[in-house]
Amino acid sequence: MTHLDGNALAGLFADTLGIDITAAIGRCGSCHRVIELARAHAFVTAIGAVLRCEHCQGVLAVIVHKPREVLANLSGLAHIVIARL
Amino acid sequence: MTSPVRASWHVGRVASRRRETTSAVRLELDVPTWPGNPAGAHLDVRLTAPDGYQATRSYSVASSGPTTRVTLAVDELPSGEVSPYLVHQLADGDELEVHGPLGHYFVWTPTEPDRSPVQLIAGGSGVVPLFAMAVAREREADHADFRLLYSVRTPEDVFFAEELSALSKTVVDVVHTRRSPTGSPRPPGRLTPESFAEFVFPATSTPRIFVCGPTPFVETIAHWLLKLGHDPNRIRTERFGGSG
Repeated sequence: MTHLDGNALAGLFADTLGIDITAAIGRCGSCHRVIELARAHAFVTAIGAVLRCEHCQGVLAVIVHKPREVLANLSGLAHIVIARL
Repeated sequence: MTSPVRASWHVGRVASRRRETTSAVRLELDVPTWPGNPAGAHLDVRLTAPDGYQATRSYSVASSGPTTRVTLAVDELPSGEVSPYLVHQLADGDELEVHGPLGHYFVWTPTEPDRSPVQLIAGGSGVVPLFAMAVAREREADHADFRLLYSVRTPEDVFFAEELSALSKTVVDVVHTRRSPTGSPRPPGRLTPESFAEFVFPATSTPRIFVCGPTPFVETIAHWLLKLGHDPNRIRTERFGGSG
């Protein structure tokens, strides 16, 4: 499966978590590098998306659409810094 | 635009539609609540079926600035869920749900202090956000040098052909991979690492670089750029593919 850029998940993150990831910086919980989330690798399917670190491919975030709720797992991100708009 | 705006959902109405290429349509949407967008931003289009099933896809915005008229150019992926509807069924006056403007990453804003050259590199319909940037540059009297390298199959597949040929502040090179226009000095063929280097600003001029196209195209170009010595931090990419 080929990947897109984290930038492509802007709408999904804004809609489900209220976060603008195109202006956000995060620390990968696996390799501990600080990265622009817009540059991370995004894998998109009909049920949701997975964001992986561009360096170590560690899973940063998973968002799954369920019929009545959204499941979000951000445990792969040590922290996120989000620009105020 | 001086400050970024928060993305939200809007209802747009189709003001006009016309054939853009053999497989794509240009849609002009009137979105009364649209706050304007930086050049290169995208939006999500959401379609809802009578049974409540929803499908959402991202499209780059070809227009920019403080306007409520939003231009999209949508290429049809025949097996897609959304693009065939937008290309064939959506009619003048129809309403469409759009979410945006999205993306503060793959954008060019004239207020940025960086005046280094800007290199735009497009594969196929990936030209849409880069076209928006070139038009935004056109509105500025004095700014960075712009170049656009556009790889496309045939002359009939060129998006914004008329507008691209009218640009005066961006040097445009169109490379046809399958068939060249009649009388073209360059035979059709894909870019090679050697020909590519002739079409882009050299690494010594430290250009900012925006690359948009299908994932394999972007991967190839990014690899060549790094081999030519360009700084990875100066390269921004927007891949697309798959689900249309």
